[in-house]
Amino acid sequence: MTVILDYDMGNVCSIQNMLKKIGEKAIISRNPDIITNADKLILPGVGSYDMGMEQLKQFNLIEQIKIHAIDKQKPILGICLGMQLLGRRSEEGNKQGLSLIPFDVVKFNFDCINVEEKGLKIPHMGWDYTQNTFDDVLTDNLDERQRYYFVHSYYAMCDDTENSLMSCKYGYLFTAAVKKGRIYGVQFHPEKSHNFGMKLLQNFVQRV
Amino acid sequence: MYHRPRIIPLLLISNRDLVKTIKFANPRYIGDPINSVKIFNGKGVDELCVLNITASKENRTPDFEYLKDIAGEAFMPLSYGGGITDIEQIKKIFHMGYEKVVINTAFYSKPKLINEAARYAGSQSVVVSIDVKTDIFGKKRCFSTDGTIKTKLLPIEAALLAETLGAGELIVNSVNNDGAMCGYDIELIRSIAEAVSIPVTACGGAKDITDLKKVLTEGKAHAAAAGSMFVYYGRENAVLITVPSENDLIDSGFYRREGSQQ
Repeated sequence: MTVILDYDMGNVCSIQNMLKKIGEKAIISRNPDIITNADKLILPGVGSYDMGMEQLKQFNLIEQIKIHAIDKQKPILGICLGMQLLGRRSEEGNKQGLSLIPFDVVKFNFDCINVEEKGLKIPHMGWDYTQNTFDDVLTDNLDERQRYYFVHSYYAMCDDTENSLMSCKYGYLFTAAVKKGRIYGVQFHPEKSHNFGMKLLQNFVQRV
Repeated sequence: MYHRPRIIPLLLISNRDLVKTIKFANPRYIGDPINSVKIFNGKGVDELCVLNITASKENRTPDFEYLKDIAGEAFMPLSYGGGITDIEQIKKIFHMGYEKVVINTAFYSKPKLINEAARYAGSQSVVVSIDVKTDIFGKKRCFSTDGTIKTKLLPIEAALLAETLGAGELIVNSVNNDGAMCGYDIELIRSIAEAVSIPVTACGGAKDITDLKKVLTEGKAHAAAAGSMFVYYGRENAVLITVPSENDLIDSGFYRREGSQQ
């Protein structure tokens, strides 16, 4: 059973809709009894970093997530802000993140790149192609020209390249997906990326 | 030019019907909204924007039940506008699976709402829609409440105010060009795109890929939205949902091929 964590931060229903389309049962919940029994967790998130951590704390989810992902070594997938919260901290706020994967979240900065690309707007919003950095079950069998929907101003800067699962270019290359063991995070919105996102979510719920 | 600009079909809803207007008036029945969303979904469109054009005029709140049904069929980014007046409604809309809210009337009557929404969900989720009418002397002015109430703001003033309040995107709509399929008001779009640093989505007047391309290059828009172009077909404007394919867009040079400098 997959549980989509409900901490009042984001589009939980769209994730559930897509999982339903795949034929996977998913429950939207913040109930500890349900989370304890989850095979997989999805941590969604639309909003600001500090607000996200505050909400997780308010619903006592921080400990729950750590038990699931670290103690039980069960899979978790963070999406968008949910991915950013897997890191240590963010330039967007002051609160400490979940620190499950060694990365900091930083803001796009185009000061040091050539003039032609300086017209790039923040947030990075729209569809973009991604590349897999290495082979992994999450990204197995995806379209060669896979593309996803992004809306973000910040991205993960990994300490180690081995945690950077996918990359995307916006002005420069940035990490579009992170991974450590069975802890995954994607900066884009698979639940809003047609068949491309559907395949990735299918990999997560059926194969990870 | 952004290498893969968004093309956004704009779906106008009135009493659970999909309609299309001309100059914000004379709504013509097009079909069933949910069925249309399914078709757009099948065609893999970049994004959909659903606007209820009668909610604010008739002082009605969003039709949440129906919005939820629509969201259930949309596996692409989705935004909603129409009749939004408070933050609780906005939270509800995000929760249902919409990425963005589009605010027009409340932007003028209750500007603090933009700020509140941006603080709750981040700027990227808050879109202010700026509807502009050009009078016979060529003077441009912003209108609220589906183009029925004239405001005091000039387009650039409204755009800068929206950005200051925390909006993360603007939809700039030319009322004069709506449904006319005569091309975008390039001058209007460019003046705003150059004045603000947030993305501008152009709307009003698109007929074909050439128009879309022009507003993105000459008009400096970040994305191109259109209504008629996606629901009408042929000279007689028969109702047929059509969307340019990925290959058409690459062949026409609309999408810059990866790695090319064009």
